[in-house]
Amino acid sequence: MRIPLSRIAHTRSGDKGDTCNIGVIAWEPRHYPILRREVTPERVQAHFGDLVEGPVERYELPNLGALNFLLHRALGGGGTVSLRTDAQGKTFGAALLRLLIEVGPAEMG
Amino acid sequence: MIRIANGQGFWGDWLEAPVRLVEYGPLDYLALDYLAEITMSILQKQKQADPHLGYARDFPPLVARLASQIRDRDVKVIANAGGVNPLACAREVVRLAPGLKVAVVEGDDVYPRLDEFLAKGYEMRDMDTGEPLAGIRGRIQSANAYIGAFPLAEALATGADVVVAGRSTDTALTLAPMVYRFGWTHADLDQLAAGTIAGHIVECGAQSTGGNCQVDWQTIPNLADIGYPIVEAEPDGTFCVTKHARAGGRVNTHVVKEQLLYELGDPKNYITPDCVADFTTIDLEDAGPDRVRVTGIRGGPQPPTLKLSISYAAGWKAIGTLVYSWPQALEKAQAADRIVRQRLHQIGLSFDEIYTEYFGVNACLGPAAPPNPDPPEVQLRIGVRGPDRKAVDRFTRELIPLVLNGPPGATGFGEGRPVVREIVAYWSALVPREEIKTQVELVTQ
Repeated sequence: MRIPLSRIAHTRSGDKGDTCNIGVIAWEPRHYPILRREVTPERVQAHFGDLVEGPVERYELPNLGALNFLLHRALGGGGTVSLRTDAQGKTFGAALLRLLIEVGPAEMG
Repeated sequence: MIRIANGQGFWGDWLEAPVRLVEYGPLDYLALDYLAEITMSILQKQKQADPHLGYARDFPPLVARLASQIRDRDVKVIANAGGVNPLACAREVVRLAPGLKVAVVEGDDVYPRLDEFLAKGYEMRDMDTGEPLAGIRGRIQSANAYIGAFPLAEALATGADVVVAGRSTDTALTLAPMVYRFGWTHADLDQLAAGTIAGHIVECGAQSTGGNCQVDWQTIPNLADIGYPIVEAEPDGTFCVTKHARAGGRVNTHVVKEQLLYELGDPKNYITPDCVADFTTIDLEDAGPDRVRVTGIRGGPQPPTLKLSISYAAGWKAIGTLVYSWPQALEKAQAADRIVRQRLHQIGLSFDEIYTEYFGVNACLGPAAPPNPDPPEVQLRIGVRGPDRKAVDRFTRELIPLVLNGPPGATGFGEGRPVVREIVAYWSALVPREEIKTQVELVTQ
């Protein structure tokens, strides 16, 4: 079944220059493998479309049941240069929670 | 065990937070982080206008307000409030709180040394873009090295009640009391990494105690009196994150995980002047009400280079808004955007970027926003930036006329024309750490 990422994870996002980072954290550690399988850099890139001009990198933190994404050239120049409302990428994390992911019924149980 | 609190996550954070931290319960050290990347350039401009300024002006009055309590309870204050003028900041603290012993850490300001560095062959390429510094040399406004916890620990060792630093790292403010009190050396890699990660958890103030937190945010108690974070540090490098019981907010593993991931790059290589911390070694455990125990942290040695925080003038920008109401609010705003762009083109103006958002439809979430097919109103928000101040100023005159000569239903122009602002951009680069020599001194009036 398809569910929004918000069902199994919470997020926090921020900036480093023109790079936005999104931490994606499983509510329950047993759902971390679903994050690893479903929330790929390619899908994150597609989710944000032309908002993100550079590549998307993914790092794994199994000890926290979390993934860290770096979205490069994602903030319109970043910091003081950017013309965007969310020049610091504060809302990118919430935006990612709308990503639809595929899970089996047994995985959610 | 020592208790280290963070009472400011940035310059402009809640003024009452450090006061309540001191009033609500026991504390050994009060760390205050005032400096964001952009803050240094603002302070540099203030120093150019008045050589007695260039620091976080909130800080000396705050110390004066807390002076009797921190003396009675033996709380030491450690802050990077010095900005680009730590000595002036420290002197103002002494003037307003004459009973306190104040130490200052200097040596992070490398603005006068940039040409010397270039002559030595340090290209100081931007860590994001790879461009050499020479390309912006004439437009640089400030340059500071990030300094670590050891100079701050040296300042604490003078017996100072208040330590004022310039561009120390955020994490160093929390790590420094541990280095000083526990006698950690550069060889204590895991302890330094643990203290650094403790600093990362608390450096954004209430973001580790329930502020800006997605986790059941509606049920977090008493955000109006949210407690700022406290680290209870042990000599072996383990620590607990907590808050005063009286204060609002929440501390649990979910909350701490969110903050651990905040502004994180490669989790195995969190590089500071003090060490390289490995976030994949962190073990978190709920250890009671509003208490998270943190163990297992490993780290590597300090890097051979230090990072510079450089600000430079990068042109001009202005952002203007108009509100379009139902019906066809979005279509009207889109038509107005096309008209503005056409009029700018007609008068021969060009910019590095013209960027349009439709507030209420896609401003924050862009393509990821949920559909909003018939919004009751939309705010058109157009920004431009470029090297020519006159062109940006001319743009600011193109929005309000649309109220009368564009699509129907425009309003929300009461604030008048948009303001033209100078863009001060941020550049980060590396230099060999031997180039940076810090000095500690006690300050008297």
